[in-house]
Amino acid sequence: MTDSQNILSMNRIKKSFPGVAALENVDFSLRKGEVHALIGENGAGKSTLIKVLTGVEHPDSGSIELDGKPVQVRSPQHSQELGISTVYQEINLCTNISVAENIMMGFEPHNFFGIDWKKMNALASEAMKRLDVDIDVTQSLGNFSVAIQQMVAIVRSLEVASPKILILDEPTSSLDVNETAHLFGVIRKLKSEGIGIIFITHFLDQVYEITDRITVLRNGKLVGTYNTTSLPRIELIGKMLGRSLTELDEVSKAKQKNEQKKDTESLVEAKGLGLTGSIEAIDFELHVGEVVGLAGLLGSGRTEIANLIFGIDTPDKGSLKIKGKKINHFSPLESLENGIALCPEDRKAEGIVGDLTIRENIILALQARYGWFKFIATQKQYEIAENYIKLLGIATPSADQLVKNLSGGNQQKVILARWLATDPQVFILDEPTRGIDVGAKAEIQKLVLQLAQEGKSIIFISSELEEVLRTSHRIVVLRDRKKAAEYSGDVDDHTIIQTMAGIL
Amino acid sequence: MTQRIKFFLINNGPLLTTITIFILVYFAGGRLYPAMQKPQVFFNLFINTAALLIVSIGMTFVILTKGIDLSVAGMIALTSAASAALLVNGVNPIVVMILMLLMGIVFGLAMGSIIHYLKVEPFIVTLMGLFFARGMAFIITLSSLTIKDPVYRYLALTKVHIPFFEKAYVYIPSLVGPILLLVAIYLANFTRFGRTVYAIGNNEQSAMLMGLPVARTKIIVYAFGGFCSALAGIVFSISLLSGYGGYAPGMELDAIASVVIGGTMLTGGVGNVIGTLFGVLINGTIVSILQFNGTLSSWWTRIGVGALTLIFIGIQSLFYMKKKN
Amino acid sequence: MKNNTPLFKRVRENRLFWPLVALSLIFIFNAIFSPGFFKLGILDGHLYGNLIDVFNNSAPLMLVALGMTLVIATGGVDLSVGAVIAISAAMGAVLINPVFGNEEITNAVAADPTLTNTPLWLVVVVTLVAGTLCGLWNGLLVSRAKISPMVATLILMVAGRGIAQLIERGQIMTVYYKPYHWFGNGFILGLPVSIYIVAIVYAIAWVLVRKTSIGLFIESVGLNAKSSYYSGISEKNVKLFAYTFCGFCGAVAGLILGSYIHAIDANNIGLNYELDAIFAVVIGGTLMSGGRFSLLASMVGALIIWTFTITMYIFGVPANALLAGRAVLVLVVILLYSDYARRILNRIFERKGLQHDTAN
Repeated sequence: MTDSQNILSMNRIKKSFPGVAALENVDFSLRKGEVHALIGENGAGKSTLIKVLTGVEHPDSGSIELDGKPVQVRSPQHSQELGISTVYQEINLCTNISVAENIMMGFEPHNFFGIDWKKMNALASEAMKRLDVDIDVTQSLGNFSVAIQQMVAIVRSLEVASPKILILDEPTSSLDVNETAHLFGVIRKLKSEGIGIIFITHFLDQVYEITDRITVLRNGKLVGTYNTTSLPRIELIGKMLGRSLTELDEVSKAKQKNEQKKDTESLVEAKGLGLTGSIEAIDFELHVGEVVGLAGLLGSGRTEIANLIFGIDTPDKGSLKIKGKKINHFSPLESLENGIALCPEDRKAEGIVGDLTIRENIILALQARYGWFKFIATQKQYEIAENYIKLLGIATPSADQLVKNLSGGNQQKVILARWLATDPQVFILDEPTRGIDVGAKAEIQKLVLQLAQEGKSIIFISSELEEVLRTSHRIVVLRDRKKAAEYSGDVDDHTIIQTMAGIL
Repeated sequence: MTQRIKFFLINNGPLLTTITIFILVYFAGGRLYPAMQKPQVFFNLFINTAALLIVSIGMTFVILTKGIDLSVAGMIALTSAASAALLVNGVNPIVVMILMLLMGIVFGLAMGSIIHYLKVEPFIVTLMGLFFARGMAFIITLSSLTIKDPVYRYLALTKVHIPFFEKAYVYIPSLVGPILLLVAIYLANFTRFGRTVYAIGNNEQSAMLMGLPVARTKIIVYAFGGFCSALAGIVFSISLLSGYGGYAPGMELDAIASVVIGGTMLTGGVGNVIGTLFGVLINGTIVSILQFNGTLSSWWTRIGVGALTLIFIGIQSLFYMKKKN
Repeated sequence: MKNNTPLFKRVRENRLFWPLVALSLIFIFNAIFSPGFFKLGILDGHLYGNLIDVFNNSAPLMLVALGMTLVIATGGVDLSVGAVIAISAAMGAVLINPVFGNEEITNAVAADPTLTNTPLWLVVVVTLVAGTLCGLWNGLLVSRAKISPMVATLILMVAGRGIAQLIERGQIMTVYYKPYHWFGNGFILGLPVSIYIVAIVYAIAWVLVRKTSIGLFIESVGLNAKSSYYSGISEKNVKLFAYTFCGFCGAVAGLILGSYIHAIDANNIGLNYELDAIFAVVIGGTLMSGGRFSLLASMVGALIIWTFTITMYIFGVPANALLAGRAVLVLVVILLYSDYARRILNRIFERKGLQHDTAN
C-alpha cells in the first residue's frame, strides 16, 4: 500500500461529545477509483467520521489530507469546494419541484426573460443520460422511485462540482434488487472515471458485490481496514460485533443458574404477526422467567418486532396473544395495562423527557396506568423515585435533577425504573446498553438476569452479540426482516454469525 | 401518455377542483338569481375583491415557504389610516403611495428577519405584527378619517370599460390585482427566487444543503407579503376613501382561505398563484350570492369562509394521501 | 413539600420572580408619579380605587390566561379566545332578552330591569357550556383531525365572531336585567365578585393540574410528545382537555365581561384577548414551544398587563394606542426567554468571566 495512491487520508481522528467518545484515533484512507465500504453497527462512529470529513463536525485532534496536502474542512460548503460530495440516505432534495430543477438549481441557465426552462431540461436530461437513466426530467421528483431520486442526487453532486470523492450514505437501504443493480452500474461508471467512493451500508451482500476495501468501526474505534476479497464474511461480522469483554464474565455465571426455565406458561404468543413494509410475518413466543434475545444486523427487523408487540405500530397480519388474551387494540397504554414494558431504542427521542425531573420521569408510566384522577401524591412520588435511584444505583444528587443532565447510562436506568415501577411481567429492552460505558453495561445485564430470576420475561435486543449470548435463554436470529432461525441459549456465536450472514 | 395525464391530474388536482367549484358555484348562483348572469356581476367580483386578491397573492408566497402571515389585515388598516392622515395634511398622493409601499416592505423585512434569524414561529411574529400595525393605526387616528384628495377620488370613481362587453366596467384599483397576478406568476415560475420559495416549502434543510439562498428568500417573501398588504391597503383606502385602524377585520382568514381553496397546501411547497385567483373569486362569488339573497346576513360570510377553509383542508389531505400512495 | 431541595425551590421562585419584579416596578412607578393609585376608599359598603379596578378589569384576562397557559404548555396556541368570549356572552344576552329575532327592543321592555326570558342559573350554565363546546371543537380539530393549532383556532377566531353575530342577529344587545350585572359589577364582602370567580376557577385549575396527573401529562406532552406516548400517555386526550378547558375559561371570562359592560357587541367584546392572553402566559415564563408552566405566574402576567394599562389610563393614554406597544413587548419577552437569548447572554457572561480571570 503506497500512500501516493491515496486521494484522501484521515489520520488519528478523535472526536468526543459530552460524555461519549464518538471517535478514538480512527484512521481512514481512500484511493483513486476505489469503492471503500465503511461498516459498523449503530453508534460505531460511521456517521461521526463522515461528519468530520464533510465539515459538519470538527475533530478534536487528528489530521485530514487530500491529495497529500493537509486540509481543514471548515463547513459542508467548504468540503464541496474541496471536491467531497455526499449523497445521504434521506435524500436532500426537494420532491415538489422537477427533476431538472433539483439537478440544476443554483446554476440554472437564464435567458433574457428568466429561467430558460428548455435549456435547463435539456441539460438535466443529458446529465441523467450520462448515467444511463432516461426519464422525463420535467416531472416533479416526488413522482419517481427512491432509486431514481438517489441517482438524481448523485447527478446533482456531479454537476455542482466535479467531485474527487463521493460519499454514499446508505444509498440502497430502501431500494429493491433491480434498483440496486442499476445504482451499482452507476457506481461502477463513476469508479471508472477515477472518483473515490465511500460506501456506507449494512447490507453485507452489497459490500462484497461492489467494494474494493472495507473499514470496520466499532464503538468509535477502528477495528481495521481490509481488502474485500481477503476478508471472509464470517470474519467481517465477527469484527463488526466484537467479542471478549472480560469485565462481564460474572454475568455469564449468573445466567447458568436459571438456565432451566422452559416450557412454562407462555406470556407472549405471536402467530404470523407482521406489518407490510416493516416486518414479515413471524411466530414468536415468550415464557415466564425467560430471556429471549433478538439478534440481527441493523435493519433486520429487531426494533420493528418490539414496536409491534408493544403496540407502537399496529400489525396488518397475524395475531398477538398476551397472557392468553388476544390483543385487538394496539397502543402503548393497552400494553402498559397488559404488563408489558418497552425501553425504546432511541433513548432521547422516545424514552426520556429531558426537561422533567428524575422523579417525574420515573413515575410517568405508573401515573399513565393509574390515569388522570388517581394521582400519586408528591410524597409517594419521592418514595418511589428514591427507592429506584437506590435500587438501580442512579448517580444523582437528588430526585429533582433534570434527566437531560444525566449520563446516558443513568438515563437508561431512569427509563428502566419508569417501567419497573409499573411492575410489568414482560420487558422489551431495545438496545438498552447502547452508548453507555462498560460498567453501566454490566449492571444493566445483571439486572436483566435478576429480573428473569424473579419470574419476569424479557425480550433483549442488542447489536452486541456477546451481550445477547450472555443474557439470553433462547435466541431468535433475524435477517432481512424475517425470522431466520431460533436457537437455545447455549448456541455458540459462530453459528449465530453464520445465520446472520445467511450461510446457515 | 395516460401516465402523463395521470401525473397531470395528480399534480393539478387541487387547482382543477378549485376551478370546477368556482364554475359550479357561479353557475348555481346564476340559476338562483338570474341577475347574476349579467357580465357586470362577474366583473363586480374583481371590484369587490380587489384588496383581497392582492393580499392573497402575497400570502400564497408566504404559505408556499411553509410560513403564514397574519399581519395582512393590520397592515391594510395601518396603510389606510396613515395615508388618510398624510393626505389630510396635504402630502402629495404619489409620495403617500410610495411611502406606504416602502413601509409595507420594511415591515415585512423586519418580520421576516425575526422569523428567520431569531427563530420565532411565523404565526406568533405576524400575529404580533397584526396587533402592532392596528395599534399604530390607532395611534395615528382613533376614528375614521375621510380622504378628500382629488387623485384618490379620481382613481376611485373612474370606470374602466371592458372591451367586448357592453356597459361592463371595473375601477382602476381593480386592475392592480390582476397585474400583480401576472408579476407573481412570472416570479414563481421564471426566477430563482420563485423556485427557491417552492424548495424551501418542501424541505428547508434540503434547500439549504442544495446551496440555495434560503435566508434571503425567506425574508424577501415576508417583505413581498408586506408590500402586497400595503398595496392592498392603498387599494382599500381608495375604494373606501377613508382610513381607520379597525378596517378589514378577519381579512387574514379570508386571505388564508382563498389561498387554501386555491389549492396551496398549508404544509408548504405545493400550490400556485393562479389557484389563489380562483380561491379569491369563489370567496367573492359566495359573498355576492349572499348579497343577492338579501335575507342571509353578512356574518354568514365569516362562518362560510371558516367552513370552506376546513373543507378544503380536508380535501387537501385527501389529495395528499392519494399522492403518497 | 418538605422534600423540596433548594434547587427545586429556586426553580419555583424563578418562575414568579421576573413577573413579580415587573409588577413591583410598575407599582413603584405609580407610587412616585401617581400616589393616588393606591388610594382605597369605601363607597356603598364596598372598596373602590384603582387597585380594585385593576383586579376587576384583569379578572377576564386572568381567566383566559389560565386556559391559554395549559394550551401553550402542550405546545399549541388558542387564537380563538376572544371569539369564544363573544359567543358565550352573546348566548347569555340572547337568553335574557325578552325579545327574540329581528324585533326591536321597545322602551317598555328596556326599562324593566326585572324581566328575563330565562332563569339566571340557566343563563350561566348555557354561557359556560357554549364556551366549553367551542373549546372542545378546537380540541377535536387539533387532537383528532391533526390540524395545526394555529390554523384550527384561527378558523374559530374569525368564524366565531360571525357565530356570535348570528346569535345576536347582528344587533348590539343591551341587557337590562339587573341580576345579570352582578357578575361583573357586584361585590361580596366589599370585594368585586369577579375576584371570587377568578379565585374559584384558579382553585379548580390548580386542583386539576396539581392534584391530578393532568398537569404532569401536559408538561410531558409539551416537552416530548413521543416519549410521553411511549410511556402510555394519551397525547390526544391531554390536548383535548387543554383546549376544552381553555374554552371553559373563555366562557367564564365572557360571563364576567358581558355582565360588566352589559351591552354585548359581538364584534368588540373580548377584542385582542388572544394577544393579551399570550402575552400574560409568556410573561409568566411558559415557553411557546410548550412544557413547564405556572398558572400563578400567568395570572401575575395578566395583572401586570392591566396594572400597566390602568396606569396609562391615569396618564391619559388611550387603550388602543397601547396595542402596538404590547405587541412589541410580547415579541421581546418571547425572545428574552428563548434559547437564543440565553445562549447570547451566556456568551456575554462567559466572556466577562474570562476577562475577570485574566484580570486576576
